[in-house]
Amino acid sequence: MSPGSDAPALRAEQVSKRYGSVLALDNVSLDVRRGESVVLVGESGSGKTTLLRCFNRLVDPDAGRILIEGTNAAALDPIALRRRVGYVPQDGGLLPHWRVQRNVELVPWLRAVENARELASEALQLVGLDPAVFAERWPRELSGGQRQRVAVARALAVKPDIILLDEPFGALDAITRVELQSTFDQVRRTVGVTSLLVTHDLHEAFDLADRVVVMRQGRVEQVSTARELQEAPAGEYVRELLLRARVLRA
Amino acid sequence: MTLHAVLLPLLLSASPGHSLQDRPVPQSRPIIVASKPFGESYLLAEMFAQLLEARGFSVSRRPGLGATEIAFQALRTNAIDVYPEYTGTGLLAILGERPGPDPGEVYRRVSREFRRRFGVRWLPPLGFQNTYAIAVRQETARQYHLTTLSDLARVSSRLRAGLTADFIGRADGLPGIEGAYGIRFRAVRALLPAVKYQALAAGEVDVIDGYSTDGFIVRYNVVILEDDRRFFPPYEAAALVSSGFAREFPAAVGVLTELSGLLTEADMRRLNRRIEVDRIPVDRVAGGALLALGITRAAAGTSGFSRTHESGVARYLWDQRSSILALTLRHLLLVSISLLAAILCAVPLGLALERRRGSAEPVIRGIGLLQTLPSIALLAFMIPLLGIGVIPALVALFLYSLYPILRNTYTGVRDAAPDAVGAAWALGMTPRQTLRYVRLPLAAPVIMAGIRTAAVINVGTATLAAFIGAGGLGDLIAAGLALSDTRMILSGALPAAVLALLVDAGLGLCERAVQPGG
Repeated sequence: MSPGSDAPALRAEQVSKRYGSVLALDNVSLDVRRGESVVLVGESGSGKTTLLRCFNRLVDPDAGRILIEGTNAAALDPIALRRRVGYVPQDGGLLPHWRVQRNVELVPWLRAVENARELASEALQLVGLDPAVFAERWPRELSGGQRQRVAVARALAVKPDIILLDEPFGALDAITRVELQSTFDQVRRTVGVTSLLVTHDLHEAFDLADRVVVMRQGRVEQVSTARELQEAPAGEYVRELLLRARVLRA
Repeated sequence: MTLHAVLLPLLLSASPGHSLQDRPVPQSRPIIVASKPFGESYLLAEMFAQLLEARGFSVSRRPGLGATEIAFQALRTNAIDVYPEYTGTGLLAILGERPGPDPGEVYRRVSREFRRRFGVRWLPPLGFQNTYAIAVRQETARQYHLTTLSDLARVSSRLRAGLTADFIGRADGLPGIEGAYGIRFRAVRALLPAVKYQALAAGEVDVIDGYSTDGFIVRYNVVILEDDRRFFPPYEAAALVSSGFAREFPAAVGVLTELSGLLTEADMRRLNRRIEVDRIPVDRVAGGALLALGITRAAAGTSGFSRTHESGVARYLWDQRSSILALTLRHLLLVSISLLAAILCAVPLGLALERRRGSAEPVIRGIGLLQTLPSIALLAFMIPLLGIGVIPALVALFLYSLYPILRNTYTGVRDAAPDAVGAAWALGMTPRQTLRYVRLPLAAPVIMAGIRTAAVINVGTATLAAFIGAGGLGDLIAAGLALSDTRMILSGALPAAVLALLVDAGLGLCERAVQPGG
């Protein structure tokens, strides 16, 4: 990490992205500090997922720069970058033809790490799954919550500095979701990973975020802590959003 | 490649069931004697073959090779050496000319034109004609005093005709006799050749069309009405020989002319009856005929498709088990090689197309068009390009197997678990790794389903390979159809059906083995 350890873990500089006639990202800038947990919120089509996917180069911006730990992402090999950054999709995305153990070993295996097995076991324990019980199971034999736990374990197995999560708990029932949120929050603090998470659930954002980023139509409306957001919503849109989610009382 | 090196010689060896009699004469290759797929053609070809063998030539038999177009194509391209043909057919079907009434004239015309255009030679006619014959029951003939077609015209409005579809449509068939004689039947029914004599005998129709040498004429003792205005063109039977054969084996051509002028229509009806009605094996009838004609002394060895006397299908299958087994193995080889080649082409092609989806649909549809070609047509197209035998059959079967495998590979890989593929990609798999470790394994059941479909189609289509001399179970079906022998048809069709089920079941086990996730 030569460009200095004071560089933010993730940085977007005036990033724009257009899909046909739709401007998905409109001159977006954002810094995520090392070890920080930032949550992107907004309605569908606000550009939050597009922004997230810029950080492991699933999306390349049309204009602006993405910096990963101070290095221009455009200069990095996308495959190598993705093996360095953890990723959890909404549906878990476990490979259905691989057992849990092999799923969690995926990134260590891709990076040809020696102790892939141990790393996978550690990661499973970290997310509260006993390897002795779960390692040899098929994904179809797991509950929805267990599957998402495995997906988080898989993203953390090589102990990345950064993890990206795209609505990771969105498809779960309320009780399971709360369980997973607290597990994730705990794990994140334990391993000190920088985390960028996308959600449309403001409660989740408030529970998990050091800072919340409210997005609307490809632009950043406000970046602040949960408390600041409640005390001083920037403009009518953010206020409305908070009111509707009942995190703000009228 | 090594597989081909091993299997091809096996396939190219003579079809099982056809004897190759080794004679002391040093001969560069066996003479290939073929026939068209009907009883009389089988018989004449077998007589040619046994005569040549009796004179010391080694012979390879291709009975029931195909209808006129296929047999003639094969002869013209020197893929076969000789087969029996009829002058009227040569003039009408191959030269596209309307034959005149004089047999000598027709023979001279085809002789000259075939030699000039194709280098193919008509040997002197065998002595009999097999032309259209209009037949009525004895009682009908007595009741209306019928001996000629002119007599028939007088009373035709009171009679019901049962005619083959072919005869009803051809210019030299029903429309022709309506014009020439003013015949107008009270009713005309289309009948299959196999049932028309029975329908006549049972009184369901009063008049049928047949061929003048049909064995059934004797069997049902029907009356042939004389073509007194000489409307039907002459169909004199003769050996048709290829240019290569005439050049390479002049002595053999000489041997074949020994038969010229020796066979009468009455002889042929009698011989055809022994085959069609009495169910005596073709080789025995042929051997007996040569013996009776005094041109051979002892019947040549057994060959062709032997048939036992009337017995149950099960008994028949048991009696023929060794030749059925050999044909089944050959069938399986045809299927395996063509299917394997199709898998090796279609799976990579499907994967390649998946990466450039824009061009995928046109390519797949183009290959799908092959599927719409009738199998017989595709096989016929192969003859000018690849001759007859195993190679064109393998190519045709290969082409038919491509589409189901290609379609399923493409669709299977394209639609394989998008969540899993997306996650694998996002976590740093290369496109190649995504394909190998995620998409291909997840698409495997769909691809296997395509292979199973192709295999079952292939087993069925391979029965048609017999028509271009590739062997396999189709040999029995083609011969059985030609001789209207149900047991023989079943002895090919039943093993083919069983083979299809077994191949499908076997591939089903493979499918379970490739099922991702245990």
